Amino acid sequence: MIALTINGERRDFEGPLTAAELIERLQLSGKRVALERNGQIVPRGTFPHERLAHGDRLEIVVAVGGG
Amino acid sequence: MDQLIIAGNSYASRLLVGTGKYKDFEQTRSAIEASGAQIVTVAIRRTNIGQNANEPSLLDALPPSKYTYLPNTAGCYSADDAVRTLRLARELLDGHDLVKLEVLGDPHTLFPNVIETLQAAATLVKDGFKVMVYTSDDPIIARQLEDIGCVAVMPLASLIGSGMGILNPWNLQLILEKAKVPVVVDAGVGTASDAAIAMELGCDAVLMNTAVAKAQNPVLMAQAMRKAVEAGRDAFRAGRMPKKLYSATPSSPTTGLIQPQPSSPPRGRA
Repeated sequence: MIALTINGERRDFEGPLTAAELIERLQLSGKRVALERNGQIVPRGTFPHERLAHGDRLEIVVAVGGG
Repeated sequence: MDQLIIAGNSYASRLLVGTGKYKDFEQTRSAIEASGAQIVTVAIRRTNIGQNANEPSLLDALPPSKYTYLPNTAGCYSADDAVRTLRLARELLDGHDLVKLEVLGDPHTLFPNVIETLQAAATLVKDGFKVMVYTSDDPIIARQLEDIGCVAVMPLASLIGSGMGILNPWNLQLILEKAKVPVVVDAGVGTASDAAIAMELGCDAVLMNTAVAKAQNPVLMAQAMRKAVEAGRDAFRAGRMPKKLYSATPSSPTTGLIQPQPSSPPRGRA
């Protein structure tokens, strides 16, 4: 079991888990999102290879209306 | 052709608009279309994780192929948060590097924290971003931001969302006199005349959100703002007449007037 903090919320997942698998489990596949892992950008193209680890802090963002 | 040039790209419209505070995406789309804006600001926020997979997306309402997105850092209170937000934005928008930096000082006034803003601007410019920067109307800070390499300086006219109009045209003029990059009035515009005044002062463009989104009729106001920015720009380029207290030179010819009738005795008398 690996515990991740995603957008400030703690979530537990069965490991091992890649960024691409996480996106799918969060039902975000096909959406335009950007991912930051422990303060570093994870390029979308590398999601299938990016192995997440226990304790990772992730930010997943989208574009919304704003001034 | 009189075009706005930012970081080497030309834009026919000198009105930049935000995409926040609208009733729904349909109203957002209609208002922005009526405004004629080509550059639209967007915010970067945490997505909901799994709760609502079918939430509509802003990118569907305003396709990035049709508009130049200007991701902002609204809501950031530190240089670090602003830099991280814009790195996420660049990844989100496939390497798009034109951004709006704003680092706020407090949630009460939303006044910019210029110290954090300067730090963030330096980091972002070094990292290859083209930074359009929201700042106070302090001409010294504006110059420093330009020296750092920002591609546009965007002083406030009054506080964000206040609709108070241009409170200090003199400071804007001081900035305009020295700036070599476009000066965009960002924040404070309330109605069309405010936008026209900003353009008449010589500003290169105006950026607004609330003035349109919170008008009773946002689409009509968007159209009014488009006209105001165009009219103000034309007036600036035309060069206004000097102001004077009164004019001793009437607008109509002073010769060729008909003469007063010679006094003649009333009719019907001998």
